[in-house]
Amino acid sequence: MSALLSIRDLAVAFRTETGRFEALHGLSLDIPRGKTLALVGESGSGKSVTAQAILRILPRSAEISRGQMLFEGPDGTVDLARLPEDGPAIRDIRGRRIAMIFQEPMTCLSPLHTIGDQIGEALRVHTGADRRESDARTQEALAKVGFPDPKRALKTYPFELSGGLRQRAMIAMALIMRPALLVADEPTTALDVTTQAQILALLGKLQDETGMAILLITHDLGVVANIAHDVAVLYRGRLVEAGPKDEVMRRPGHAYLQALIEAVPRFDMAPGERLTPIRPARATIPPTREAPPLAGPILQVEKVSKTFTLRAGRLFASPRTVRAVADVSLTLRGGRTLGLVGESGSGKTTVSKMVMRAMPPDGGRILFDAGDGPKDVHALKGDALFAYRRNVQFVFQDPYASLDPRMTVRQILSEPMEIHGVPQPKRRERCRELMAMVGLEESALGRYPHAFSGGQRQRIGIARALSLEPRLLVLDEPVSALDVSVQAQILNLLKDLQQALGLSYLIVSHNLAVVDYMADTISVMCRGRIVEEADRATLFRDPVHPYTKALLAAVPDPSLDHPLDFAKVTGEASDPARWPKGFALAPHESGIMMQVEPGHWARYRSEAERNAA
Amino acid sequence: MIGLILRRLLTMAVTLLIISALVFFVIKLPPGDYLTNRIMELRATGEAGSVAKAELLIRQYGLDRPVWEQYLIWVGLMPGPAGFSGLLQGDWGWSFEYDKPVADVVGDALWLTLLVNVTAVIFVHLVAIPAAIYSATRRYTWGDSVVTVLGYVGLAMPGFLLALILLFYANRWFGLSIGGLYDASLTNRPWDGEKIRSLAAHLIVPTLVIGLGGTAAMIRRMRANLLDELAKPYTVTARAKGMAPTRALLKYPFRMSLNPFVADIGNLLPHLVSGSVLVSLVLSLPTVGPLLLESLRNQDQFMAGFILMFVAALTLVGMLISDLALVWLDPRIRMGLR
Repeated sequence: MSALLSIRDLAVAFRTETGRFEALHGLSLDIPRGKTLALVGESGSGKSVTAQAILRILPRSAEISRGQMLFEGPDGTVDLARLPEDGPAIRDIRGRRIAMIFQEPMTCLSPLHTIGDQIGEALRVHTGADRRESDARTQEALAKVGFPDPKRALKTYPFELSGGLRQRAMIAMALIMRPALLVADEPTTALDVTTQAQILALLGKLQDETGMAILLITHDLGVVANIAHDVAVLYRGRLVEAGPKDEVMRRPGHAYLQALIEAVPRFDMAPGERLTPIRPARATIPPTREAPPLAGPILQVEKVSKTFTLRAGRLFASPRTVRAVADVSLTLRGGRTLGLVGESGSGKTTVSKMVMRAMPPDGGRILFDAGDGPKDVHALKGDALFAYRRNVQFVFQDPYASLDPRMTVRQILSEPMEIHGVPQPKRRERCRELMAMVGLEESALGRYPHAFSGGQRQRIGIARALSLEPRLLVLDEPVSALDVSVQAQILNLLKDLQQALGLSYLIVSHNLAVVDYMADTISVMCRGRIVEEADRATLFRDPVHPYTKALLAAVPDPSLDHPLDFAKVTGEASDPARWPKGFALAPHESGIMMQVEPGHWARYRSEAERNAA
Repeated sequence: MIGLILRRLLTMAVTLLIISALVFFVIKLPPGDYLTNRIMELRATGEAGSVAKAELLIRQYGLDRPVWEQYLIWVGLMPGPAGFSGLLQGDWGWSFEYDKPVADVVGDALWLTLLVNVTAVIFVHLVAIPAAIYSATRRYTWGDSVVTVLGYVGLAMPGFLLALILLFYANRWFGLSIGGLYDASLTNRPWDGEKIRSLAAHLIVPTLVIGLGGTAAMIRRMRANLLDELAKPYTVTARAKGMAPTRALLKYPFRMSLNPFVADIGNLLPHLVSGSVLVSLVLSLPTVGPLLLESLRNQDQFMAGFILMFVAALTLVGMLISDLALVWLDPRIRMGLR
């Protein structure tokens, strides 16, 4: 059987200010019918460019400079590369024969139009269906992708939906015309693990039903291992490896794929095993400095709660409230790392903001010990507060948005020191030290953030956080915006710096493997509450709570021997009312944390129920 | 929704009250007023009859009372010599300069002002939107550059200069009478067909002149907005669905780029009234702009006060309209209200 789409010697070039830049150098690839081909590579490898070239939606500055893309349609073979730009022929194929879903379902849907309108549009464009007909078909499509109330969903706007439902809406939009090929560009990268597993399960199910081919673009080998049939690996615009999944993943011939596998944190890593970055970084880790010993923990969060009030819309309606954080307690010992894990909306970021004193808690206390005894962070005033700011620093998720593009690296690194009154000569010296610490050239101090890659920017962000010699760093998803190839570098750098400087970390993430790699103790949050906490070694290997188990079950493992059980990832585990007996909580119930074994706690409904279970 | 409108109307009323106080006291700030100046002048010339009349007016409008009482009488919150008779009761006061009620002086000028400016606003949008779309979708092409250059010329050209040039040629080529909004011979005629035709012909030049700067500015801003939106992923999604480029453009990026302009309606109306004063003078348009200028110069307090209040009311109404339009246009704002 011939391939559905045969790409032959495809080259794509970009016109840039510095001249022509070729992003794909003669790619040849076959996409078989009815199967999933995973296209793997780091950012800049040309995998997204391939997807855009197939649909002919490349940016204006790009052009297909040579090659063919032979697509087997019902009316014979078409060379997609030869069709006129935006002409009727390619428009007829887009959305009807080949459809696409994207990484970021929020920005890929218009916020001004209902999803019913946007999904049905593909149908109206291609079949001339009227509104009533397209609404009926859209409703069917929404039901098929798992919308709980498809009729109501027709009239909802993207911003009213969760990330997972938005991506389901995108899938419904792509599949409403039953295309022969679905191009999925990082379809689950922006989602948390449980949602990711559900979307992957959905894609598999729809493929079985419709027999479509999927071109899955991803850098996540766990995803590849779980849903791909074939794998193709791109590196710097060239195909370096291709074949059936079993062959490629079990015996990665090319060193690059091997490196990619070793660069990602896995659960089966030996204690103390280090990740191997694809490109080793050269950071000058300063000599180990002993942190002053503390009598107790450096940070203690005691029964902290936070409730948000939504504005009431009606004139005399009482405002609605959302309980984001409920009675959360955490303990972080000096020089250690505490991981806070949960899905989006679980309240973990709210906790980190309260620790930063960016937001006051409604109840409870946060105690920080800078060596002179624990003090309530939210009661600090004047000099004590100023000192606290110096002791606790933040590393942001998005290295693009968190650096001012109009400041040089030197200004970015100096600003905290200026605020805290560090004299000028000392600042200059410290800037040089910091650059060496995070493995950047000293000469980069005079440059602006746009001159750096994502990984380098994150290093600058870390250097800025370290400039005041803090004791505690709050890391909010420190690598989730970074490419796999640099994640390992950043994680290793953070570990080394912790060791050398005696830092304490509070790491907040939905990436369980990252938390597992970094943390000493881990707390799992669901709907504003801690549901389980234990040492790293215990928690992910011997979880007790159904929510923790569900989170773990949803992580796709790059090893072919541990496939995901898609039947188990239904999303029920995020709803406390549907936990098994002993754990299940009604909306107003809080349950109690009980010890499972020394140092390992889980939330049960009541003591009696636990003993019965 | 109704709650929102009621809330807004309430804040508008309060705002207007505060503005009325500001307007009144600012006008009153310079020493003396129209009548006292006039009486001194009349005394000097010894016209006893006129002095008596002026003194009558002073009593009639309570100008001999303390300033804050004058203010309350003007607004209509306190009984004056003629009982409750102020803005709230629909009595807009007396123009000393024209020796007529303000309502009679302003009369036609009010709605002609609205007419000229609304026409200009419509002109701005009709020209600017297509030009901006053309220019944004053909960025860095020859056509884009032409639109851009024309836009800069429009921005840089002084309105009164263009007004004079256009007047000259309109007169020379089309025989249009110079100045005014209708032929001078029709001034005292009721609004019949001929007068309306004359009005329509005379509207063209002011519309062009008043609208030009706004058009140029709007093309630039809209082009920039559209270019931002065209790069957004949802535009790519629409293309990937197989939509024709023009349709996709109008449905998604164009609609997204409209918000700032809708939000601007509130500022546009008063700006057009005050911004067109110079052009109105040059074209001798019977609009309120020149009247305002004159009344401020002569301390014709009720007239100036009324016109300023009119502009303020226009601003508030414009803002209400733009807020309601935003609620209607943008579901994110609509949902935020719930």
